[in-house]
Amino acid sequence: MNLTLLMYLIPSLIMFGCGVYGFLTRKNMIAIMISLELMLNSIDINFVVFNRYLFPGQMEGMFFTLFAIAIAAAETALALAIIINVFRIAKDVDINKINKLKF
Amino acid sequence: MPLSYTIAVIAIPLLMFLFLGLVGVKMEKKLTGILGCIGMLVTTVLAYGVALTYFFGTGEGQVSAEGVRQAVTVFNPDWLSFSKTLVVRMGIMLDPIAAMMLIVITTVSMMVHLYSLGYMCDHHGHAEKGFQRYYAFLALFTFSMLGLVVATNLFQIFIFFEMVGVSSYLLIGFYYESPAAIHASKKAFIVTRLADLFFLVGILILSYYTQTFDFFGSDVNGIAGLLDNPQSSVAKAGATTFMGCSAMAWALTFIFIGGAGKSAMYPLHIWLPDAMEGPTPVSALIHAATMVVAGVYLVARLFPLYVIVQGAMDIICVVGAFTAFYAAAIACVQSDIKRALAFSTISQIAFMMTSLAVSSADGKLIEIHGGYGLGYMASMFHLFTHAMFKALLFLCAGAIIHAVHSNENDKMHGLHKYMPITSFAFLIGCLAIAGIPPFAGFWSKDEILVAAYEKGLGWGIWMSMVAGMTAFYMFRIYFLIFHWKKHEVHTEHEPSDQPWTMTLPLIILATISIVAGFVPAANLVTWDGAPLHTQLNWTVAGSSVLIACVGIGLAYKMYYKENTLPQRMADSCRGLWTAAYRRFYMDELYQFITHKVIFQGICKPIAKFDRAVIDGFFNMLAEVTNTVSFGIRKLQSGSIQGYVYVYFIGALLLAAVTAMFVIF
Repeated sequence: MNLTLLMYLIPSLIMFGCGVYGFLTRKNMIAIMISLELMLNSIDINFVVFNRYLFPGQMEGMFFTLFAIAIAAAETALALAIIINVFRIAKDVDINKINKLKF
Repeated sequence: MPLSYTIAVIAIPLLMFLFLGLVGVKMEKKLTGILGCIGMLVTTVLAYGVALTYFFGTGEGQVSAEGVRQAVTVFNPDWLSFSKTLVVRMGIMLDPIAAMMLIVITTVSMMVHLYSLGYMCDHHGHAEKGFQRYYAFLALFTFSMLGLVVATNLFQIFIFFEMVGVSSYLLIGFYYESPAAIHASKKAFIVTRLADLFFLVGILILSYYTQTFDFFGSDVNGIAGLLDNPQSSVAKAGATTFMGCSAMAWALTFIFIGGAGKSAMYPLHIWLPDAMEGPTPVSALIHAATMVVAGVYLVARLFPLYVIVQGAMDIICVVGAFTAFYAAAIACVQSDIKRALAFSTISQIAFMMTSLAVSSADGKLIEIHGGYGLGYMASMFHLFTHAMFKALLFLCAGAIIHAVHSNENDKMHGLHKYMPITSFAFLIGCLAIAGIPPFAGFWSKDEILVAAYEKGLGWGIWMSMVAGMTAFYMFRIYFLIFHWKKHEVHTEHEPSDQPWTMTLPLIILATISIVAGFVPAANLVTWDGAPLHTQLNWTVAGSSVLIACVGIGLAYKMYYKENTLPQRMADSCRGLWTAAYRRFYMDELYQFITHKVIFQGICKPIAKFDRAVIDGFFNMLAEVTNTVSFGIRKLQSGSIQGYVYVYFIGALLLAAVTAMFVIF
């Protein structure tokens, strides 16, 4: 079976769509963060796949993916730290109750 | 250079000012006064040395082969040099009038320093508050005035002109807790400052055309020669016309306005009577003897230029003659002794101005006899004698005020019995100003009248009439203070002659007032340095003495013994009397012009425009920004998912638009 570009992109799109949906609908901040990771991962897949199929001789897409994963890991640590602190102050991780950052 | 120590004459008062101003506050009050007096005494001795060396020395470069005394420039370094031609220098130049002014300033200043030791104390001998400040300012004034008279160029004169203005302002406002003193000092400063603006414009015009700030020498032949040579700067200034007059005439008229402001010529005289709010010794020094003659000195300094511009001279002549009469008329009815003396000062300074202006009577350029030098000499001579006897009169007035605690005539009356020395000194001052021989005023005023008669019979008669009024109003003051009726003691102690520090200056100045007329001014203080041959004109002298005697006789009849004659005369022409008493409403006129016309008519609309249009525009900008911000700040709701919705929809739209572009 010959895998085409499209066969990678469709699952990636579904993953991204799930991520957006989760980001917009979930109330729990940790769930929102997981949705965010989903979106990131689907982008990473795109990078790798485009690199592999369109520019097979080059490696930039791969490297970029590795960068993105590393940064995503750091960002996740940061976000978890923020969420823990928010929970300590607000005793809650519901995104609708954390709306103090406004005018 | 034998005269190089002139620098010390200028420097010592400056150092005294700095020392007394900075360190004096920490010192005993009396000590600062004594230090000030010692400093002034040294200055006086040095100044006399300088003047006598100048007048009688025969050193190198002082007297030319023809017996003409030369101006001596002691030193003249560049101070600010902007370009090759635009150089401001600061230096010391001695010529007859500068040397004479050195004597006048230091003598009167010395007397005032000494007198103030007594005057600035209360009856228990305690020095007043601000005693040190007072002496520091006196030193500042003396420095400024000395710097003015020895100036080597117009710009230096201007700088020191401003400085005497400032020290005058500081001293008028010495009693800064009294609102009247503050108003008077502001008024003096603003009026003279306004006049100095014209002075500055005049300097700029003159120096633009002549390419120099320096004075022209006293050689009218040389200047007239320059005028004939079309290439010379003076000729160019004479040839350039603006509104029908030459640039030179404009410049000289503007410079005269500057001088008129300082010398209190009509209509810029309004500050001088109010300036009497200052301590009386200050009035004697600044507002009678020295600063107010700075304008006369300025015109005398530029005399070689004024002589060749007849139009400017005519203006000075008319202004001077009118002011002399106007001030004399007001002086006849004033009840405040110092104000009466102030108007007398204005009138006498106007005499000097007129005398200078009639010097160019015949209108011929190069005539150096008769009308020319005489008026100039007479003016400077009168400046000298007037400084002495007017300082004497003011110091007497100060002694009286110190004794009775009032400026008003009706608080005085009959003081002769209580204050005999003051009374005699005042009498000598009055005789001198009235022009009774052999007192000082007779000799100088006589020369002025001769010069005026040479200009024209009308001028002579006018000035003689004012001289008669002078005699009348001075003796009116004298009789009202010292005679009239028995003195009623208002204060807790009887008035008496004041301590020796105040009496000694009176005696010295009275002596000078008696003998100053015999100073051979005609040989010394002439405009070109050459001795002037004058002789007493018996017709003029006799008639002026006669007129003075009539004036004195009238004053004696009206004011020696208490009677109702003055009251009846005032009642018979009530309107005129009130007008003169209110100084012919000049202050009200100024008030009207400044407040009603300038403030209401010009300043208020401009202020309104500023507030409504200019401020309003910027307020509008701020207001709009504010309103819009309040409107759109609701968009920041704090709900993260809300932001994401907006972002997501936006991204989709962007993608759709991009896709449309790609497809079509």
